Amino acid sequence: MKFINYLEKVSGIDIFGLTSLLIFFLFFTVMLTWVLRTKKSDFQDASEIPLDKQTTTSN
Amino acid sequence: MQVEKFYYDNKIVKAFGIATIVFGVVGMIAGLWAAIQMYYPASSLNLQFTTFGRMRPLHTNAIIFAFVGNSMFMGVYYSLQRLCKARMFSDKLSWFHFWGWQAIIAAAAITLLLGFTTGKEYAELEWPIDIAIALVWVVFGINMIGTILIRRERHLYVAIWFYIATWVTVAMLHIVNSFEIPVSLFKSYSWYAGVQDALVQWWYGHNAVAFFLTTPILGIMYYFLPKAANRPVYSYRLSIIHFWALIFIYIWAGPHHLLYTALPDWAQSLGTVFSIMLIAPSWGGMLNGLFTLRGAWDKVREEPVLKFMVVAITCYGMSTFEGPLLSLKNVNAISHFSDWTIAHVHIGGLGWNGFMAFAVLYFLIPKMWNTELYSKKLATNHFWLGTIGIILYAVPLYWAGFEQASMWKQFTPEGQIKYDFLQTVTNIVPMYITRSVGGTLYLIGALMMVYNLFKTIAKGSFVSDEAAEAAPLVKVESHKKEYWHRVIERKPLTMLVLSLILVSIGGLIQIIPTFLVKSNIPTIAAVKPYTPLELQGRDIYIREGCYTCHSQMIRPFRDEVARYGEYSKAGEFVYDHPFQWGSKRTGPDLAREGSPKLKRPDSWHFNHMYEPRSMSPGSLMPAYVWLYDQRIDTGSTPAKIRAMQTLGVPYPEGYDKQANADLMRQAESIANNLRNEKIDTEADLEIIALIAYLQKLGRDITTEPEKVASNQ
Repeated sequence: MKFINYLEKVSGIDIFGLTSLLIFFLFFTVMLTWVLRTKKSDFQDASEIPLDKQTTTSN
Repeated sequence: MQVEKFYYDNKIVKAFGIATIVFGVVGMIAGLWAAIQMYYPASSLNLQFTTFGRMRPLHTNAIIFAFVGNSMFMGVYYSLQRLCKARMFSDKLSWFHFWGWQAIIAAAAITLLLGFTTGKEYAELEWPIDIAIALVWVVFGINMIGTILIRRERHLYVAIWFYIATWVTVAMLHIVNSFEIPVSLFKSYSWYAGVQDALVQWWYGHNAVAFFLTTPILGIMYYFLPKAANRPVYSYRLSIIHFWALIFIYIWAGPHHLLYTALPDWAQSLGTVFSIMLIAPSWGGMLNGLFTLRGAWDKVREEPVLKFMVVAITCYGMSTFEGPLLSLKNVNAISHFSDWTIAHVHIGGLGWNGFMAFAVLYFLIPKMWNTELYSKKLATNHFWLGTIGIILYAVPLYWAGFEQASMWKQFTPEGQIKYDFLQTVTNIVPMYITRSVGGTLYLIGALMMVYNLFKTIAKGSFVSDEAAEAAPLVKVESHKKEYWHRVIERKPLTMLVLSLILVSIGGLIQIIPTFLVKSNIPTIAAVKPYTPLELQGRDIYIREGCYTCHSQMIRPFRDEVARYGEYSKAGEFVYDHPFQWGSKRTGPDLAREGSPKLKRPDSWHFNHMYEPRSMSPGSLMPAYVWLYDQRIDTGSTPAKIRAMQTLGVPYPEGYDKQANADLMRQAESIANNLRNEKIDTEADLEIIALIAYLQKLGRDITTEPEKVASNQ
């Protein structure tokens, strides 16, 4: 039940630092590669959704 | 293809809109009242319910959860329906969400004023309300995801991603930070202790700013700004980078609230590094917003909605630039515990959140009532009054923070501390007064808006169900190879899970090692658990919100060590459920209040709490006269001891049964001390317990030679 200090030490704690760096690096590389390689026209439709141009809305 | 006819639900948007207006005004009045108490303590009326320590949590909770919360729901319920081309998933859930949230707000207002609090900033609400919040939040989530699943628009617009990330992260933060063990219906102790409690709390606190006050409002910005300017967002590509980078980096930055504290150094550094990185996505978002208006600045001149948005987005940019600066240790050494932080959060609160809420209200109400705004001129005046109010609020506090921090740090040529703590406070009173003038202007502006919107509503007619039509989604069998992100963008649940994974990583990597590695929290053999009387006194300290003005964390600086004594160590806080490090020093630090260096007689505390100015002329502290009438709640002692034992505090087996006898013995000895100094008092008054607690602070590690357990 006691939450504090219940493990003397964690073996292989270094993995936390390494993993986080790796996740961080991979995540941003993949995300940026994709975003920068996509053509602008692909985003065009999406960015116009709030303007509601595609359908008629009676207001 | 056959188009479907359906109706958007405006009624729920209207309800959240009205709640936004009402609680905005209430929250601002509470803030103004608290601000006035800071230089005119008698304005607390000497009532326990309206004293600063309870008024300040009421203000922060009202503004964050009632004002910004309701404005978020208003914006989400309006934009989500239109972005999905669908009515909300379930009207019943919408109304359950609305009334549930308002009931939580009412319960919060009552309990906070009555002094029921967990003592953790922005998470003060007690456990039954915490459970209600979780429940209502889940209902909101089901309704939101349900709507997304029945949508008629294939692509999930970027605003919806922000809403999904908000929902999933706030749920996670709220649940993890609210682990507490109930003692009674309205009293609980935090599951975590000391350093761990601090880390979890500021992981929560920082991300409450990130995911309650920022991401949903960014989603709202990405919908309402293009709408109001009638042009698409400047760069959709940038908005995608903005989203992923922001939610991934934000979650790591919490420890920057704990720089120079007893938190392990590696965690502090992690917080700093990620805070600096945050500039990139935040400014990406700000520029994306402002550039959307390129070539449309003539509209800004005429349209109050855009005016409010421009200042809001600019304030977002300013506070997200300032935040990383404050996370640098050398800047934080000056800003932390001072009014600088208060100025910083109000650029965000008044500027970003307040102005975005006003902009959305000015946009939505004429639209939903099918009319024009009653007076653009009045709205423009509100805009200017609000803007001047923000400046008049923030500039004096920046000045006060900087000046006070430099006064704290000054020494005479002989090596003595140059200024008493009190001198550094009375010196900034003029700034406190100016700040409340700024706040008053801002409030007057808001009241002008209330009038303006009321007149608009009066002349329009409400469209409760707005007709719309759109073709239903058909399953597309694409033969073209699609980019993986386009696939994700269409799948809300995948998006939700991805967001959760991403935001969990930061929390896990920071928090787990602090829990697991014993060497992170070196124990100090001399530190003993609180006696029953001290524990009761500590609960009174928490109830009265003493942590809103007093820290219990001496940083390792020459001036702090000279002023208060030995700097604070992680091992001192192992029995503190919750931790009470505080975040602001309107009064001095109390971590060593009972140490031989600072110890004052019991009679000093007795007189000081009754009328602070009798012992410290010029003090801004409120009087706590009710502590001299109310009796210690000894009935709760056994339950409190048992709860602490469950949490690992080493009281002997069966101690709960003898605790009250020990409590009375210690109380009698304090009362005898007082009688010796010609103060006749009964022993079972709350003030006696509070004195016992104050005299315990810092006593353990200073009265015995410091022993550090062998694990260090």
